[in-house]
Amino acid sequence: MDLNLTAVELGKKIKNKEISVVEAASAYLDSIEAKEKEINAFVTIDREGALKRAEEVQGLIDAGKVTGPLAGVPVAIKDNMCIDGMLTTCSSKILSNFKPAFTATAVEKLQAAGAVIVGKTNMDEFAMGSTTETSFYGETKNPWDLTRVPGGSSGGSAAAVAAEEVPYALGSDTGGSIRQPAGFCGVTGMKPTYGRVSRYGLIAYGSSLDQIGPIAKDVTDCAAILEAISGKDDKDSTSVKEAGDDFMAALTDDVKGLRIGIPRDYFGEGLDAEVKAAVMAAAKVLEEKGAEVEEFDLSLVEYAIPAYYIIASAEASSNLERFDGVKYGYRTAEFTDLHNMYKKTRSEGFGPEVKRRIMLGSFVLSSGYFDAYYMKALRTKALIKQAFDRAFEKYDVILGPVAPTTALKLGESLSDPIKMYLGDVYTVSVNLAGLPGISLPCGYDSNGLPIGLQLLARHFDEKSIIRASYAFEQSREYKRPAFAVERGL
Amino acid sequence: MSKVYETVIGLEVHVELATKTKIFCGCSTAFGGAPNTHTCPVCTGMPGSLPVLNKEVVNKAIAVGLATNCTITRNCKFDRKNYFYPDNPQNYQISQLYYPICRDGKVEIEVDGKKKYIGIHEIHMEEDAGKLIHDAYTDSSLVDFNRSGVPLIEIVSEPDMRSADEVLAYLDKLRTTIQYLGASDCKLNEGSMRADVNLSIREVGAEEYGTRTEMKNLNSFKAIARAIENERERQIDLLEAGKEVVQETRRWDDTKEYSYAMRSKEDAQDYRYFPDPDLVPIVISDEWLEEIRSKQPEFREEKKARYQEEYGLPEYDADILTGTKKLADIFEETIALNANPKKVSNWLMVETMRLLKEKEMEPEDITFSAANLAKLIQLTDDQAINSTVAKEVFEKIFAEDIDPAQYVEEKGLKTVNDEGALRATIEQVIADNPQSVADYRNGKEKAIGFLVGQTMKAMKGKANPGMVNQILKELL
Amino acid sequence: MQITDETIKYVGILAKLELSDEEKEQAKKDMSNMLQYVGKLNELDTEGVEPMSHTFSVHNVFREDVVTNGDERDNMLKNAPEQKEGAYKVPKTFE
Repeated sequence: MDLNLTAVELGKKIKNKEISVVEAASAYLDSIEAKEKEINAFVTIDREGALKRAEEVQGLIDAGKVTGPLAGVPVAIKDNMCIDGMLTTCSSKILSNFKPAFTATAVEKLQAAGAVIVGKTNMDEFAMGSTTETSFYGETKNPWDLTRVPGGSSGGSAAAVAAEEVPYALGSDTGGSIRQPAGFCGVTGMKPTYGRVSRYGLIAYGSSLDQIGPIAKDVTDCAAILEAISGKDDKDSTSVKEAGDDFMAALTDDVKGLRIGIPRDYFGEGLDAEVKAAVMAAAKVLEEKGAEVEEFDLSLVEYAIPAYYIIASAEASSNLERFDGVKYGYRTAEFTDLHNMYKKTRSEGFGPEVKRRIMLGSFVLSSGYFDAYYMKALRTKALIKQAFDRAFEKYDVILGPVAPTTALKLGESLSDPIKMYLGDVYTVSVNLAGLPGISLPCGYDSNGLPIGLQLLARHFDEKSIIRASYAFEQSREYKRPAFAVERGL
Repeated sequence: MSKVYETVIGLEVHVELATKTKIFCGCSTAFGGAPNTHTCPVCTGMPGSLPVLNKEVVNKAIAVGLATNCTITRNCKFDRKNYFYPDNPQNYQISQLYYPICRDGKVEIEVDGKKKYIGIHEIHMEEDAGKLIHDAYTDSSLVDFNRSGVPLIEIVSEPDMRSADEVLAYLDKLRTTIQYLGASDCKLNEGSMRADVNLSIREVGAEEYGTRTEMKNLNSFKAIARAIENERERQIDLLEAGKEVVQETRRWDDTKEYSYAMRSKEDAQDYRYFPDPDLVPIVISDEWLEEIRSKQPEFREEKKARYQEEYGLPEYDADILTGTKKLADIFEETIALNANPKKVSNWLMVETMRLLKEKEMEPEDITFSAANLAKLIQLTDDQAINSTVAKEVFEKIFAEDIDPAQYVEEKGLKTVNDEGALRATIEQVIADNPQSVADYRNGKEKAIGFLVGQTMKAMKGKANPGMVNQILKELL
Repeated sequence: MQITDETIKYVGILAKLELSDEEKEQAKKDMSNMLQYVGKLNELDTEGVEPMSHTFSVHNVFREDVVTNGDERDNMLKNAPEQKEGAYKVPKTFE
C-alpha cells in the first residue's frame, strides 16, 4: 500500500473498496513499527485497539453508517488530548500512568467520522517548548534529518505525518505548536480561530490561547479534518458556532482579487535568507495567480513574545496546579506530610522547562507584580489584536514565514530558553489575537530542509486561508523526506 | 482610667444556593450521598475538563442582590483563586474578585428597638470545596468531592456592626430574606450558611480601624455570639498589655470556647487571582433584571404588615409567623384550605412552638403538611373532637404528619354528642360523688368542675364538654 | 529585575515546587533574564487600554439547571494514587 497517500485520497480508496480499513491500519502500524526506533514520534501505539476498531469501522462503512471523507483513515492524536481509557501523558512523568475517564470532543468527532486511532504522539512536556525535546519520553527526530528537531510542541504529530507513520494527526497550538513543527517537517498544519474547535478534553497549557488543529500532508486534508472537528460544544464555554465552516468549499484554485498583505516587520533581523527568499517566492506565485500582494507595517511584532510568555506562563501555572498527587498521575514514593507530598510529587513529576514556566507564571501573578506583568501583557494583547484588526481592514490574508529558520540541530536551543522563545516570533501573536493560521511547505533550504509559509486571516475566516494556500499548493510539488521513502514498506 | 473600646465587626457570609446541580457541571447537589458519588471530571478537576456555568446560580445571586439593595454588575466575570488544598480539586477555586455580581447594598436591622443599616460591600458567586474526613485507622485524610462545585454566594458586609446582637440581627435578616427567595435553606448547623467574623477593636472616637482577625468555624448563632465576645476580650487584653493584634485567620472551637490561629509556614496568603480564561463574561440586560425583579416574593416586612392588617393578628404573632419562611408558608397554605387565620395562627404560635422547643428543632425542620393542620381545625370546628383530643392528635400530626380524620376514626376519639349516653354517664358520676354534689348544692360553684372532670375521665376524654356542663347543671 | 533567594523560595511555596540548590541558582538566573526580557513591554504606552482576556465577544454561555451526571465514582477514582472507601486518600490534613 502507498503510504504517501493523503488522508482524503486514502478515504476515497477505502470508500471504493480498493483498500480495506484493516489493511490501511495495518500498513501504517507496520510503518510505525519500522520507523519508531529512529523517529520516536509516539508515546503510545495501540495496535490491538486500532485493528479492532478498524474492523468495526469497516462494518460501519459497509452499512453506510459512516460516509465522510475520513472514514476508515488512521490518525494519531497528540498526547495532550484525553481518550477514554487510553494512556494520556502530555509527555510528562507526572501523567505517566494517567488513563482519562472521557474522550476529548475533537477526538470524539473524529471517531464519529470513522477515524481509526493508532496512537498518541510525542510532544514537548505539557506543550511547553518548540522542539519536542522537553518530553519525558525522549526527543522526537525530524524525518528530514535525524540530527535535527521536528519543532514543537506538536513535534510527534508533525514528524509522524512527514515520516508516513500516519496519514494525518491532531496537534494543538498555543504559540505556534502546530504551525512551527509542520513547517520544520514539511507538512501542512492549521491553527483554527480560537473557539472554532472545542477544547474539552485538551489538557490545558494556556487556556486563552490553546486550540486544536490538524496536521496533514496538504490543504485539502486540513480542510476535511477541520470540517470534522469544528463546532460549538456545550462542554466548552469558549467554543462557538460560526458561519464559514464549510471549509472544503474553499478548495478552489482561484485567488483573483484576494488581497494579501506582507508585514515588513516579519522580514527584518534574525530571518534566515533562504527562508526569506522562499516565502517571497511564494508571495510571487500568488500574485501571478491574481492576488493583490502588498507590503505593510504590522507593528508591535517585538512585543508579542514577551506578552505571550507572561500570559501563557501565568495560565499554565494555574492550570498545572491540579497535578498534585491526590487524584491522578504520579505521586512521590515517600513524604512526611501533605505539603511535602505536593512539593516532592511536583518537583519529581515536572521537567525543567515546565518548572521554569510555572515559576515565572506564579511570579507574574503574585501580589505586587500582577499589574506590572500580567495586566500589562493583557493590555499589550489588546494592542496586538488592534494592529491585526487594522491590517485586516486592508487585507484578506497576511503572508509571512512560520519561523526564522528551518529545523535546528537537536540540543541547540535547550541551553538558552530565550533564544528558543525568539523562534516563536511569527507565530505567538496569532494566538494572542485568536486568529486562524496555516503553515505549509513553500520550499527547501540548501540543507534540503523544508521551509514553512504562514498565512493568516480574520477571525473565523479560515476559508480565505484555505483558498490562498490551496491555490499556492497547486503550483508546488509535495516532497517526501528520503527517510520515509527509504524506510517505506 | 481604663480606655473605652468599641468592637468593629464585618461579616463574610457563605450561602449554598439551592440549585439542583452544581455551579459548573451537571452533578447533583443532593446532600448525603456516599463519598464521591456525585462527581464527574469537572468537579474532580480532571485534566481537560472545562466549567460551564449553571444559569440558575446567576438568577439566584441576582435575586439576593436585588433583595439586599445591591447594584447588579451588568458585565461580570469569574476569576481563579489559587491555593493548594486537597479539598480543592483544581487547586484553584473559581470565584469572583474583580467584577463580583453585586455591589454596594444594604439591609436594615433592628436591635433593642433601634433601627440601623448594615452595608453590603459585595456579593460574589463561587464554587464550594469538597470535604475532608479524618481516617483515624490510617491517620490520614479522605477526600469526598460531593460538595465540590456546589454553588455558593459570599456576602461581604461593610464593617458596620458593633455588637454580637447586631451581628445576629444581620444574620437573621439575611437568612429570612434568602429563605423567602427560596435561594437557600440557610442552615448554619448543616453548613448551607456559614459566617466568618472579621473583628477589630478601637478606642471609642478613633477614626482608624484596628487590626482585624478573621474567625472561622462558627456553626450556630450561639457560637457566633460566644466567639465575638471571646475575641473582643482577647484583643482588648492584648492592647491593654501593650501588645499588638496580629492580622490572621483564627479557628473557633465552640466546645472549648476558645480560638487559635490557623497558620502554616507552607502557605502564603497570595491567591494570585486572575480572570478565568475558561469562562466567558456574564452580561446582564435590563430585561433579565426585570424578569427577576418581577418574580421577587413578598418579603418578611411586607408579609408581617399584611398579616396584621388582613388577618387582624397581633404584631407579636405576625412577627413570629414571618420569622421563618417555613412557618409563613404553612400559615398561608393552611389558610388557603379555608381554615380560620386566627385559629391557624394559634396552632402555630402555641402548640407548634411548644413542640419545637421541646424537641430542640428549628421551624425549618417542620415536616407536617398544611392539609392535615387544616383538617384538624375542621374537626374542632365541627366539634367532632374536643380541644384535649385535638392537642393529642396535633402531636401525632407534628411527628408523623398523619391524617387527623382517619386517625380520630381509627382510634375512636370522636367526641360523644349522644345525649342519652352522656346523661347515663353523668347520672352515674352524680351517684358516685355525693360529697361534690352536696358541695355544689351548698353554693360551691367550683365543685361542678370536679364533676365535669370525672365525667370526661369516664368518657375517656371524648365527651362534648359543652353538653356535659349543660346536662350536669340540669340534673343537679 | 534581580531575583533574590527569597523570591525563589516564595515562588516555590506558591507553586509547590522544591528546587535543589543548583536548580535554585538556575531558576534565579532564568527568571531574572526572562523578567528583564519581558520588561520590554514597559516601552509600550498602554495607558487607557482595556486588558483583553478573550479576543471575541462571546458572553452568557450557560447550562440549564438539570442533573445530567449519574454516579461516576469508580471512573473518577480509578486514577487515584491511593484511595479508601470510595474516597481519595491523602496525608493527614489539619484544618
